[in-house]
Amino acid sequence: MSEVSASKDHEDAPRSQADLVVLSGVNKHFGALHVLQDIDLTIGRGEVVVVIGPSGSGKSTLCRTINRLETIDEGTITIDGKPLPAEGRELARLRSDVGMVFQSFNLFAHKTVLENVMLGQIKVRRTEKKAAETKARALLERVGVAAQAEKYPAQLSGGQQQRVAIARALAMGPKVMLFDEPTSALDPEMINEVLEVMQQLAREGMTMVVVTHEMGFARSAADRVVFMADGRIIEQATPEEFFSNPRSDRAKDFLSKILHH
Amino acid sequence: MFDFLDSGQYDLLGAFWVTAQLALYSAIGSLVWGTVLTAMRVSPVPLMRGFGTAYVNVVRNTPLTVVIVACSFVLDQTLAITLGGEDFKETGFRLAVLGLTAYTGTFVCEALRSGINTVPAGQAEAARALGMSFTQVLTAIVLPQAFRAAVTPLANVIIALTKNTTVAAAIGAAEAALLMREMIENEAQALFTVFALFAFGFIVLTLPTGLILGWAAKRLAVKR
Repeated sequence: MSEVSASKDHEDAPRSQADLVVLSGVNKHFGALHVLQDIDLTIGRGEVVVVIGPSGSGKSTLCRTINRLETIDEGTITIDGKPLPAEGRELARLRSDVGMVFQSFNLFAHKTVLENVMLGQIKVRRTEKKAAETKARALLERVGVAAQAEKYPAQLSGGQQQRVAIARALAMGPKVMLFDEPTSALDPEMINEVLEVMQQLAREGMTMVVVTHEMGFARSAADRVVFMADGRIIEQATPEEFFSNPRSDRAKDFLSKILHH
Repeated sequence: MFDFLDSGQYDLLGAFWVTAQLALYSAIGSLVWGTVLTAMRVSPVPLMRGFGTAYVNVVRNTPLTVVIVACSFVLDQTLAITLGGEDFKETGFRLAVLGLTAYTGTFVCEALRSGINTVPAGQAEAARALGMSFTQVLTAIVLPQAFRAAVTPLANVIIALTKNTTVAAAIGAAEAALLMREMIENEAQALFTVFALFAFGFIVLTLPTGLILGWAAKRLAVKR
């Protein structure tokens, strides 16, 4: 399986203070389909990891297991040294520390943009309404949609909705942000406005796991590229190394298909 | 044609007032009970799900007359659970509200569940990803959207409920159908007038319900 596995020995080595998310020996099946096969992956504090690969390779599933929106059959996942709880209050608390941005935005359709960004703070963090609103408005300002605060999600463009979704996740003060194909549902002219917000986050030192097809983003913002195919991690390397000199045939084949046309 | 009404023997408005009260209290009761049943049916706890499913399927498929008469005979007369009514009619009214609520709650539950199906799974997923508990996801995100999508089927349920109040006559609640029976016996010469009168009375109650809720359905619809 592993032509490269940067984290192969992490079980023997003492857990580094820098490791924020550690997946080891993770397996998952959807019926007969083995979607995740022996996944070992370590994500350091402040690291930006971009996961790429052909569709159906399990990269979205991998992303969703990190906050247990998908359960796993085998293996362990720890976040900040704590193993992922099975369910209940503990799991909810852990999820509140893991920001998630979805392909289809998933803004709460019956709440205004401002309420979307306030809701988690009020319900989960028990922040006072006033403080939550101040923080929400500041975050909306930061992602550039402050003017739309009183509107409903359906009144916004896709790019604006996705930026609100990022603000909603940031409002919880997450330790790590998961992006599950954040630009795949966007019109081409809106992709950049979302990527710019993500670039800025990366520069500010946010730990990020990004599943994407945007190779430009992978090149410019990633500390590490993880290439997946058929439920396995085939290769991981720095973006320069991966894009200029992929080692596996699978990655060479994938890159030749997406880069040359 | 309406001269038999002038005798002062029949309190037509009073009877319809009781019908309206029956419908109102039972509507409130069944909306609350139906919401609780829905929460049970979508809950992650198998025992709650099992109870919700069993309750809905048993009560929904039992004739309303049986439910209401059972309330009267079993609860009131056999187990002596009287609900504190002062006289026979008052007791009948309270038992009828209980029976109608128990019965209509099942239909509210199913209308709401169909409403829940219109809420994309991503809405609950996003809420869970923020760290909300099951109850918070349900009450803050899923149910508010489900209610808005279910206004039209809920209007059907409320209209059916209003007409179902006539069954309460079986246990002596002094509502419209009880008075109608009395009038039919005493005023056989005006049979058609009596029927028309009561049909009209129910239309006066249900038509505005339908119109208002139809308007509300459009107004409250969630834009996606």
